[in-house]
Amino acid sequence: MGSIVVDVMLKPEILDPQGQAVGGALPRLGFNGFTDVRQGKRFVLTVDGDVTDEHLAAAREAAETLLSNPVIEDVVSVHVLDESAADEGAADQSAADEADAPAEDADGEPDEAEDGEQ
Amino acid sequence: MRIGVVTFPGSLDDRDAARAVRECGGEAVMLWHGDADLKGVDAVILPGGFSYGDYLRCGAIARFAPVMDALVPAARGGLPVLGICNGFQVLTESHLLPGALIRNDHRKFNCVDQRLVVENASTDWTSDFEAGQEITIVLKNGEGGFVADEKTLDTLEGEGRVVFRYVPDAEGRNPNGSYRHIAGITNERGNVVGLMPHPEHAVEEGYGPSLDGRGFFTSIIKQTLESAATA
Repeated sequence: MGSIVVDVMLKPEILDPQGQAVGGALPRLGFNGFTDVRQGKRFVLTVDGDVTDEHLAAAREAAETLLSNPVIEDVVSVHVLDESAADEGAADQSAADEADAPAEDADGEPDEAEDGEQ
Repeated sequence: MRIGVVTFPGSLDDRDAARAVRECGGEAVMLWHGDADLKGVDAVILPGGFSYGDYLRCGAIARFAPVMDALVPAARGGLPVLGICNGFQVLTESHLLPGALIRNDHRKFNCVDQRLVVENASTDWTSDFEAGQEITIVLKNGEGGFVADEKTLDTLEGEGRVVFRYVPDAEGRNPNGSYRHIAGITNERGNVVGLMPHPEHAVEEGYGPSLDGRGFFTSIIKQTLESAATA
């Protein structure tokens, strides 16, 4: 069972009120380094068996006709979801989680302490 | 004079639109999104609401409903179509009208009595108004910001296809961030009109801010009767 990922973003010149709302909330959590947030959409289209060129062509057409509105949005990517890469990503994430865990245990709820100081 | 009103899953104002048609002397014919059948109506209203839950993009899924397979070619052939609010969004998604509607710039839902200027009183849906006339009807939307590229905006203005403009407030702002204060537009032929505000909520004494909405429905009824007489 394969999957195709379609990523859609608002065109750069189109106002993104949702992204602005998210951008406005970040500093309240102490994330002060981000100057702008744009919010997009990701679609994962799943097929029986492996993804073929026909599947990809159909996904591109669907991306242009239904999944995006070319007046306001760009299809920024249509690609096959690489299961092995996803597994690696998951492995990286769990490794990172493990690395974080001892630090949290060490000084006890560091996140809340940092927030309190903001 | 039979005016069809389409009901999509999630349509909200289909019954109000049908009632407005009747109040103004027309016969309302309910059309169903799942039927590619316009039942021989003389004009069609795409009503307000939240078709398909506004999922994906407002109007994006409704565009592919079976009834639209019949409506889009009919509209291109001259059938008068009025899209109100979500109906306007469906018309832009269907490419019957240019541009798109995006989330209000202030991110809040509007629910106000809104002053508009009628800029084009020669469309099928606005002939009972006068150019420059100011009307007040209801505006209620979360995603009503009209956007298009500069070239499209210039074309719309140059061809007189901006049908309604919001009267901006004291700070020069309109209620949803629409480019050039555009509240409603038409196609080249003037038979397809879309706008965010709701004329169907301003047709009866005691309900809504005025009776200004009646002009939309009396316009199309007269237009259709006249074209029938000359046919």
